[in-house]
Amino acid sequence: MKFLYAAYISTWVIHLSYVGMLLRRYVRLKHEFEELKK
Amino acid sequence: MKRAFPILVFLVVAFLGYAMYQALVVAPTDQLQGNVYRIIYYHVPSAWTAFLLFGINFVASVVYLMSRNAKADTIALVGAEVGVVFCTVNLVTGPIWARPVWGIWWTWDVRLTSTLVLWLIYLSYLMLRRFSTSGQTPVLAAALAIFGALDVPLVYFSIWIFRTQHPQPVIGGGGSIDPRMLHVLLINWLAFLCLAALLCWSRYRLEYMRRELEETQALEALLEPRGSL
Repeated sequence: MKFLYAAYISTWVIHLSYVGMLLRRYVRLKHEFEELKK
Repeated sequence: MKRAFPILVFLVVAFLGYAMYQALVVAPTDQLQGNVYRIIYYHVPSAWTAFLLFGINFVASVVYLMSRNAKADTIALVGAEVGVVFCTVNLVTGPIWARPVWGIWWTWDVRLTSTLVLWLIYLSYLMLRRFSTSGQTPVLAAALAIFGALDVPLVYFSIWIFRTQHPQPVIGGGGSIDPRMLHVLLINWLAFLCLAALLCWSRYRLEYMRRELEETQALEALLEPRGSL
């Protein structure tokens, strides 16, 4: 069972890391847009 | 579309939850492998989704080379990036499944090696896009994407052509699977496709925003008064 859980957990860690990366990029871009508007 | 996004996210997460329930609870246990075989419900759909995304990258790259269409270039980039994520899942879950079933984490057989090469090709594609400052980067990347796409059929058909440690395909090609297991496998693939579509859409919007910002910054720089001169 530990291998099954390891596979499922690592899958979601990879996907969530990518989602986190997209969110960080979005926040940075939004911040740069706001800086430009000032 | 901005309002629909949270609803879409909720629907995709709910579908992924349902697919996971099907994989862990509803699907029957394999007589030979026991529960560890359930890794198939993440390992195989990840590979299929990655192949599909690399296919999108290939078509968009060809379109870009023929028309220099910026949208095609963005679609190619998005296909490669999300494809690499799914290919990573495939490469990570494979050895975790191989260890209890084969007794080894990895072997340099054709299927495994060609998948690793495929992942490395698209990783180099993304690094080229990220670090190259040349104006010809999209053209170079599109050419690399076409070479990368040549590896996809090699990966897919390697288990038909060569004798490998990797088992036969679950659909066609001499492999067989219980219809109940196949049903759950297809549900999980559909859920992964929905996730891939959501990730691609988000990444496309992000790239669109980035290009918009760069254009605005360039325009601002042009309009800025040159006080020091």
